[in-house]
Amino acid sequence: MSILVDKDTRVLTQGMTGKTGMFHTRQAIEYGTKVVAGVTPNKGGGTELGVPLFDTVAEAVSETGANASVIYVPPPFAADAILEAAGAGVPLVVCITEGIPVVDMMRVMRELERSDTRLVGPNCPGVITPGECKIGIMPGYIHRHGKVGVLSRSGTLTYEAVWQLTTLGLGQSTCVGIGGDPVAGTDFIDVLALFQADPDTDAVVMIGEIGGTAEEQAAEYIRDHMTKPVAGFIAGITAPPGKRMGHAGAIISGGSGTAQDKIAALVEAGVTMAETPAGIGAAMAEALQEAGMMARASE
Amino acid sequence: MKIHEYQAKELFRQAGVPVPRGVLAVTPDEAAAAYAELGGELAVVKAQIHAGGRGKGGGVKLVRSADEAREAAAAMIGAPLITPQTGPEGQVVKRVLVEAGTDIAHEYYAGITVDRACGRPTLMVSTEGGMDIEKVAAETPEKILTEALDPEIGLRSYQARRLAYSLGLPGGSIRAAAGVMQAMGRLFLATDASLMEINPLVLDNAGEIIALDAKMNFDDNALFRHPEIVELRDRDEEDAREAEAEEAGLNYIALDGSIGCMVNGAGLAMGTMDTIQLAGGKPANFLDVGGGATAEQVTAAFKIILSDPHVEAILVNIFGGIMKCDVIAEGILAAAKEVDISVPLVVRLEGTNVERGRDLLEGSGIDIITASDLADAAAKAVEAAGAEA
Repeated sequence: MSILVDKDTRVLTQGMTGKTGMFHTRQAIEYGTKVVAGVTPNKGGGTELGVPLFDTVAEAVSETGANASVIYVPPPFAADAILEAAGAGVPLVVCITEGIPVVDMMRVMRELERSDTRLVGPNCPGVITPGECKIGIMPGYIHRHGKVGVLSRSGTLTYEAVWQLTTLGLGQSTCVGIGGDPVAGTDFIDVLALFQADPDTDAVVMIGEIGGTAEEQAAEYIRDHMTKPVAGFIAGITAPPGKRMGHAGAIISGGSGTAQDKIAALVEAGVTMAETPAGIGAAMAEALQEAGMMARASE
Repeated sequence: MKIHEYQAKELFRQAGVPVPRGVLAVTPDEAAAAYAELGGELAVVKAQIHAGGRGKGGGVKLVRSADEAREAAAAMIGAPLITPQTGPEGQVVKRVLVEAGTDIAHEYYAGITVDRACGRPTLMVSTEGGMDIEKVAAETPEKILTEALDPEIGLRSYQARRLAYSLGLPGGSIRAAAGVMQAMGRLFLATDASLMEINPLVLDNAGEIIALDAKMNFDDNALFRHPEIVELRDRDEEDAREAEAEEAGLNYIALDGSIGCMVNGAGLAMGTMDTIQLAGGKPANFLDVGGGATAEQVTAAFKIILSDPHVEAILVNIFGGIMKCDVIAEGILAAAKEVDISVPLVVRLEGTNVERGRDLLEGSGIDIITASDLADAAAKAVEAAGAEA
């Protein structure tokens, strides 16, 4: 079992015929993901990588029964692509695109309030259920099927954590990148709730970074609702205030959003924190051992 | 992206937010002429740099004659202005804004920023104008009143009126204040701003509402659709290395340590800095080469890192996903040919094509300290930098 995606997920790629879209669609297919359609305006009727192309998402959904979409559309058009997928009733939309204007995302989120579509991202690595379905840009081979759920605001930092888990023999149920933008679809709490409810997720690794207060809110949720062990890491304890550290959302402003505050909140909520990214796997192993669940998780 | 006060005030004027009459001057004589042109007794000479806290550094002077205006401008123009936000070297002043004096009855604060918790821009006002608003927020949060903007519509009339009444403004000034707040909201959305601040927003003795100061930052991701904002950019105010990195498609932030970092991905770059600090060193920079860097970009990254004289060692940490390790290795080799890598180089590679990357580096004859994992890499970089110092 897993959350969000599994072996039956039928994926369509928006912006499939672009360089990035083609590269990652090929990788997803090689991983075993069921990619059923590609959407690029004016390319409908054609085929790429053995996948039928459509002009619109609505047409792709009605012809192929796609139930998840991944977006590789350039930033100026990405907000519209998200709304097109939501308008076509796609239940899960994963937006990889980096650099979407914040105002565009605020307008998208306002529209999605009236929709049942779940958006993951933007500016995220995507979602993977190891061995079953890979939606996004993460390298597939570092993952291993198992029982640890991973969620993160950062891409490569997730790979680092996953690689350490895999090396320690701790497989993953599902890994979710929620992205580094200030306004995004799915947040930490949404994913924590899914992991808590998933019978095949035993424990969770949560990776945050400076900026905003999402980690503090997640800490409250963990304290009040999570019974599964959680290990964590917050990036940016050495980041100076007022500087945007790569991600649009990673900035300490007005004295809020510091790593220290986030770490303190998570420790208070009972999360086993790693001091550096080099120790994320070990922190998870420690939390599992304390809970007497190590043997089960490393099966 | 940031702009100057005089530029933000021009945007305010066009948007219907009243600002004092003002004239820009680049020489002391122009400042004297500006005083005469304004025609009043009292005027203010304000240094135009991006950093805040100018008053504390002597960058804001009240003047009562053309000679005083000339003198004040002469003291500012061409000299570095040091404020709590500039760092110890300060920022050289290139121009001053000469403005008509305002007869102040009360000072307020008004600002708009994106509230991430609700995903909307939020207008904040306070009766504690002229103060450090972050201090007000920390010590007396009840003195800050907020309303969220609708991203399509902006601030509604009733929201603006509520804020105006809450500030305790006199009845005759409520409409003007509400109008100013709505205009701020429209301008924020129309220009894809990320921050707008008026501190202080004043009520004068005639009951008028005037923006005495103006600060605006813009969403870099939206600049593609705002050529009129891009024109306002002042490269002189930006860190030269950060600007060069941006040209090369790299994300670079200068810091004050001795270990130069090159990492793929923003989160891992921050995590690498944190690991260096825990190992007892200090990072010289944040540098994210991104997900799909080319050998040329890696070379550019080396040049930027090495142009910082404080760098005593370089740590390359790559977790190849989409970024392939052999591409990074080729970049390192190309960089070593073009620039003299004069400090110890620690490299940690993991992920896609890692074997090919390691073979390339080993066969190159370049003096490289290889590391097995991130903790090992940080320890080796700190040791190497310590040995250099």
